[in-house]
Amino acid sequence: MQPTANTASAPRILYCRCAYARVVPNKVKDAVLEALAASGADFEAVPDLCEMSARKDKHLLEIAQQGPVKIAACYPRAVRWLFSAAGAPLNNEHAEILNMREAEADDIVREILPARKSSA
Amino acid sequence: MSNSATLTRPILRVAIYEGKGADPLEAGSRLALIRSLLEKGYRVTRVTGASTAAQPGDNSLAVLGRFTDAQPEEAIDDTGAVKVYFRNIEGREPEEAAALVDEIRSDAGVPEPGGWKPWFPVIDYDRCTNCMQCLSFCLFDVYGVAGDGKIQVRNQDNCKTDCPACSRVCPDVAILFPKYRHGPIHGGEVNADDMRREAMKVDISALLGGDIYQALRDRSAKAKSRFSKERDEDRALKERMRCLNKLQKDLDIPAEVLSSLPSLDEIQAKAEAAKSKADAVIASSGGD
Repeated sequence: MQPTANTASAPRILYCRCAYARVVPNKVKDAVLEALAASGADFEAVPDLCEMSARKDKHLLEIAQQGPVKIAACYPRAVRWLFSAAGAPLNNEHAEILNMREAEADDIVREILPARKSSA
Repeated sequence: MSNSATLTRPILRVAIYEGKGADPLEAGSRLALIRSLLEKGYRVTRVTGASTAAQPGDNSLAVLGRFTDAQPEEAIDDTGAVKVYFRNIEGREPEEAAALVDEIRSDAGVPEPGGWKPWFPVIDYDRCTNCMQCLSFCLFDVYGVAGDGKIQVRNQDNCKTDCPACSRVCPDVAILFPKYRHGPIHGGEVNADDMRREAMKVDISALLGGDIYQALRDRSAKAKSRFSKERDEDRALKERMRCLNKLQKDLDIPAEVLSSLPSLDEIQAKAEAAKSKADAVIASSGGD
């Protein structure tokens, strides 16, 4: 294995843990993370999208510009403007935002991992 | 450490590598490791492809895996910009593997992640009319004006944790706090009821007994009067406390914020500076 730059394949999966607040129900974010970890999918898990936005993290721009992405986080309006505030506006056609504050974990998993097989 | 330092410091990202040259982790171990790393404040990428997923903005990357091939302890990625640390976690419990990342971070001189609750306003520019009320209202210099004359959130780390007051004075429901408990401030969609409430929104000027700027100027002028100063002190203090208590209740402002407010003179100076800036922007845009 060589430490090379990432070559993205669609759709990317981004999971926000919202680790610094208690607004996303634990049972939902735990269940979604459990499903992601049990799947065969590559994914990115971040402690807090808000923190990345405040840092103007360059990785947000890469996510916004590199094709389809599914984001498990909070309210879509908040997520879109967090990306925008970081100078990384999401493409509405490519980004699907799943709201762990409102939706059931099963529904989110169905959306984010359609027809994927579990690994290990 | 100041929050500004928090926002600019380098980070260590973690990749859990399960591609060619490594055995996959057992699902339970993978989950426990990822959860542990997230709770410590690390960003984690699970990788099964041929890459370690070095990303823009990375300074350091820790790659954990059950490697079947020998890996160097350290390497530089092919962009030359990211230092990569490989660690074989074969036979290690998830907590031990997470502790390895702490060791790498410490050895690399990367600060511990976390330590700041990311609480700050986010502007919904689909709704914002650039009225500058937030700029005029905020006493902590969170807002600024961009080169194109647009209001912007400039100093996120100046914002007072759990204080959503500026969102409540926004007449267009354009200010979000994603970690707030209730909608639409938390980013939920704005509905007709929300807009009706906006029409009855707290009038800050009324709360403070009229034009806030004029009131502050009047108070300052009175303070200069030899005889009125003593007479007015008690009354001004009571009035201020009454207004602050009402603000605290109506705007959901934490007590800590009120206790850290600038002095009256500083408030006056800030308010006048913000008003001048806002007036200039509004005038230059033709009052739209």
